Amino acid sequence: MASVEFKNVTKSFGEFRAVSDVSFDIGDGEFVCLLGPSGCGKTTSLRMMAGLETPTAGQIFIGGDEVTHLHPKDRNIAMVFQDYALYPHMNLADNIAYPLKVRGEPVAQRHGRAKEVADVLKIGHLMDRLPSQISGGQQQRTSLARALVYPAKVYLFDEPLSNLDAKLRLEARGFLNHLQRDMGMTAVYVTHDQAEAMALATRIAVMDQGHIVQFASPIEIYRRPSTTFVANFVGNPPMNLVEVEGAQIDGKLALKAEGLTIDGLAMTDAIGKALATSGKLTLGVRPEHLGIAEVGAINTITAPLFANENMGPESLVTVDRGDSARVTARIFTDDHLDLSKVVTLSFSHEHVHLFDSAGMRIPALGE
Amino acid sequence: MKLTIPAFVGRIAFSALAALIGAIFALPLLWFLFAPFNARAELGLALPDPWTLNNFVTVFGNSYAVQALWNSFIQAVGGVILVGAAATLAAYALSRSSIPGKGAVTYILLLFSSVVSGSAAMVPIFLIVSAAGLMDTHLAVILTFAGGLLPTAMFILRDFIDSIPKSYEESAMVAGASPVQAFFDVALPVIRPGIVVIVVWSFVNIWGSFLIPFILLRSDSNMPASVAIYSFYSEAGTPIVTLLAAYSLIYSLPVIALYLFVSWKFGFRFFGGIKA
Repeated sequence: MASVEFKNVTKSFGEFRAVSDVSFDIGDGEFVCLLGPSGCGKTTSLRMMAGLETPTAGQIFIGGDEVTHLHPKDRNIAMVFQDYALYPHMNLADNIAYPLKVRGEPVAQRHGRAKEVADVLKIGHLMDRLPSQISGGQQQRTSLARALVYPAKVYLFDEPLSNLDAKLRLEARGFLNHLQRDMGMTAVYVTHDQAEAMALATRIAVMDQGHIVQFASPIEIYRRPSTTFVANFVGNPPMNLVEVEGAQIDGKLALKAEGLTIDGLAMTDAIGKALATSGKLTLGVRPEHLGIAEVGAINTITAPLFANENMGPESLVTVDRGDSARVTARIFTDDHLDLSKVVTLSFSHEHVHLFDSAGMRIPALGE
Repeated sequence: MKLTIPAFVGRIAFSALAALIGAIFALPLLWFLFAPFNARAELGLALPDPWTLNNFVTVFGNSYAVQALWNSFIQAVGGVILVGAAATLAAYALSRSSIPGKGAVTYILLLFSSVVSGSAAMVPIFLIVSAAGLMDTHLAVILTFAGGLLPTAMFILRDFIDSIPKSYEESAMVAGASPVQAFFDVALPVIRPGIVVIVVWSFVNIWGSFLIPFILLRSDSNMPASVAIYSFYSEAGTPIVTLLAAYSLIYSLPVIALYLFVSWKFGFRFFGGIKA
């Protein structure tokens, strides 16, 4: 196990900058998820750690040693590929044992070790099958077994669960979480699925257009997203963002927009500064913090009902404020929600997130 | 399902027509199977009566014809090894590396390849081989064919390798393999069905060619079977049908054997990527 460090790493493909001056530090034993939409540079970053891409500029360190230009074989890392990359002409035993083969271990020993790992992953009974003769879930576990068969400094995962169906994905996610707790491995995990990142990571690096937007623990990213991009990417469904006009009334902040009124928010210097530039703010409220308004509620959003989706333990209620500016509430009830044509949602002050006109988070009082 | 009468008649007519067309194509092949075993074979189709192996005995008694089969074998195998090895390495490099303009290289080579082994370039090829002092050697034939077949072989193989995910070799290298190890352990076995296609194709091409060995070779002892077949024509130019038929059958056997061997041992199939 070892740490990983990026120092001002840039990777360009021609004119296109896939990764742009990125620096971060991943501690020994951390499980870091690189999260972002496709094309944000997360896979390129991972491939540079593996040595499959060479940075255009900057340095990469693994375990304190510079590896920027080191061949992948000399980095002592393990990687699970999105398409699993199982060798189609080798049976599972040879597939899993391949890293040991190139390390010069004798056949009996490496097959024994492969069987041990395969047994843990419950594919031990398939060792003489070809990859094409097993199911997708088993292929995924085979590629995981091949990564775990030798002690690596860092384990890299490139969207390893994206080709599984929903149920298998949950199962594999749980297993990876267990494995991480068990082994304490240093892992870097690329995904575009925020739920996977939240579930697995000790820290998440949210990436957008080649930059790291926020690098923090899952709970921090959930509670205090640093930009509207992060707010909109994390959470299921993501945070509602509403453009509002802000005004100071009696030393308190009041927000206004079509169908929306909020009064009496605490005023801070940062809010004052943001207001001074444009007078516009972005209000963010997570769906799970919205409720159907009781009579006399103070912070309200009123708009025509757009959708009412019953999910079992919860209902997703979406209202349309016009111009596709929709707000979704997650109401935790397993009863059928009987709603009128126009719905009023409300929320409490402590669940308000504010962003300035550039999309940057304005720290709340006491942050 | 019950057929209506017009549909029934239609089917009979179709089957009869198909059988007739099939028979027309089958006739030369039947001649090819019967004539070698017929002591009085002529150009007409006839069942041998009695069946005999005398034609083959006579052919094997002709040392020039037997030597020619061996020459064909040397030239074909030599060419196949050269084309197979060079095309595999070149196609792999063209597919996997990021050489600028690599697409153009293949297409230009492909464009000129038909020239190299075609009759248009016979004079320059003759002059080059002559200047290199390679006239009347197997090597001259092998090199000329390699030059002519390589671009197409590279083109076919490159397409084949392009369709194989890079992640195979990448995962091998991350697991600790050198590029050479990754090539031999992982890439080569996956590419093998493509190489087999190239091998069969170039073998058939060289084995069946006439013009290039005819021009580049001088002595009887170096001529391949395709040229030696002329020794079964009388001086007046009429074919000795019995011997010609027997020799033709022997001449075609290696190609048939190669097809059978390949489809038994490797199969004309392709692993491809595993469906995710």
